Amino acid sequence: MTGLRILSPGLLASVQDAGRNGFGAIGIGNAGAMDSVALRLANALVGNARDAAVLELTLRGPRLCCEDDTLIAIAGAPIEAHCGDDVVPNWRPVLLRAGSELRLGGMRQGARAYLAVAGGLDLPRSLGSRSADLNAGLGPIPRALIAGDRVPIAATELRQIPCVAQFFAAMRDDHRNVVAPRWSLDPSPWFDANRARPIRAIPGAHFDLLDAASQRTLFGAEFRIGVDSNRVGCRLEGAPLRLAAPCELVSEGVAPGTLQLPPSGMPIALTAEAPPTGGYPRIAHILSVDQPRFAQLRPGDGVRFAQTDSADAQMRYLERERALTRLETWIHARLQRPW
Amino acid sequence: MNAIDIHPLGDRTLLIRLGDDIDAATNVRVHALADHLRAARLAGIVDIVPAYASIAVHYDPLVWFGAASDRSPGDCLAQRLRALLAPIDAGAHVDTVGTNDAPVDIPVCYGGDVGPDLADVARHAGLDAHDVVARHIAGDYRVAMLGFAPGFPYLLGLAPSLHMPRRANPRTRVPAGSVAIGGAQTGIYPRELPGGWQIIGRTPLCLFDAAREPPSLLAAGQRVRFRAIDAEEFRACAERIADAANAPS
Repeated sequence: MTGLRILSPGLLASVQDAGRNGFGAIGIGNAGAMDSVALRLANALVGNARDAAVLELTLRGPRLCCEDDTLIAIAGAPIEAHCGDDVVPNWRPVLLRAGSELRLGGMRQGARAYLAVAGGLDLPRSLGSRSADLNAGLGPIPRALIAGDRVPIAATELRQIPCVAQFFAAMRDDHRNVVAPRWSLDPSPWFDANRARPIRAIPGAHFDLLDAASQRTLFGAEFRIGVDSNRVGCRLEGAPLRLAAPCELVSEGVAPGTLQLPPSGMPIALTAEAPPTGGYPRIAHILSVDQPRFAQLRPGDGVRFAQTDSADAQMRYLERERALTRLETWIHARLQRPW
Repeated sequence: MNAIDIHPLGDRTLLIRLGDDIDAATNVRVHALADHLRAARLAGIVDIVPAYASIAVHYDPLVWFGAASDRSPGDCLAQRLRALLAPIDAGAHVDTVGTNDAPVDIPVCYGGDVGPDLADVARHAGLDAHDVVARHIAGDYRVAMLGFAPGFPYLLGLAPSLHMPRRANPRTRVPAGSVAIGGAQTGIYPRELPGGWQIIGRTPLCLFDAAREPPSLLAAGQRVRFRAIDAEEFRACAERIADAANAPS
């Protein structure tokens, strides 16, 4: 059975899939890929199911070795990737020869890139998912990857994918170690480098408890992504937000995307590893369709929020799901044709 | 009894709220409705998360699109939930739900190295340590919710004389199994975690194991009783548990 060997881990690499569902009642959150769209597209590009397990890479990528011929795809934040003297392009399927060392470098923009391998990472599900929940210590590999780790890849018949069969021919005939098609996905709808575009959010149940100035600040002023942000949440630094009157709440449900306001006045945006419940006022919720873009903000980046409502949010979600499904269908068809 | 308040929590979750505070009767209603909701197996429901006085319902909006052409998926599901839950909430059997179930027995070694705050709790309560233990084991507790960490139970039913604020300086490491008091509640740390509650003892039981079925020893709504054991019994019980965990399956 083939696998990836981690030679050096980069800043933070972990195994992620679409996350776990159904265990909130015993205190377990979703985890899963922070940029769920990049996860799906990286998987589509290697012919995987949309929720196959991949590596989530943060800010600086790892160095790793492919034990066997391996079809990979990288999506999400643009990341430098090399194999020997060859550049490994993002947003397309790439065949790497057995024994290749893939060197992933820094991200020019964005914070998270996804490395999918055809077949998917072959790890047992823990509580329904292969995702690492780093904060709760869950998953088949419940921690960041370290040098010396070996992550198995599920067996798959690469040569039966017509497009990939041609990659193998090119690898043999032209003595190439890295083969990629000329086509690639246009990342612009799925990775937005324009950080000036606001993140859309719905006012939360306790938005009305903010004083008038703080209501204007939330949907007007610029915040900065705190350096202590992680997969659980992201501190938003800026002018502190204040409640019009103190309020004591009992713990209630929260979700990835919830903006909580602790007493410090610095909101916390919960992300993939959000716990299922929280006790701070919920002042807003980031739209599901904007959470992948939010996940690509780096510590120190500025961010603004734009107000919308839940019906608009759900319509945008429907439209995005339709667009993503069309693109997945197109990629699937493209892999069935010669390159 | 309050009417059922349902509002969106983001664009993929609805929050059903039954009250604003920590109240045993409200919490019993929460679990009765959550059980009913689970049993109803509505389409597109991804998770159901009961808390003290509310239930979060996570759902897939795609499934609820088109249920009514002029309304959002959230509105459609909220209407369905109201129709489903209102008759149950009004029903008399809510008052009796779960009151006859047998409590889960939690052996606890109190005080000493494993209960470093027992003396402080006794001082705060104006009792001696033995009385604190006696009152803690006399309580009939119920798991109001699980949260903070996988398998961490928030237990209602602590004697008012034992209520005590959290520590001013939270500990960075509270050992697994620690039994603690935080305000009006008592709880058990399922693994080593940072925490600010007053630690009065430790149980050798394993509260959470992802590889076990079910993974959490306790479920929301369950009754719990504590039982005092000495250091010797604690060691023996911990060894039995370790042996069972290491036995070939």
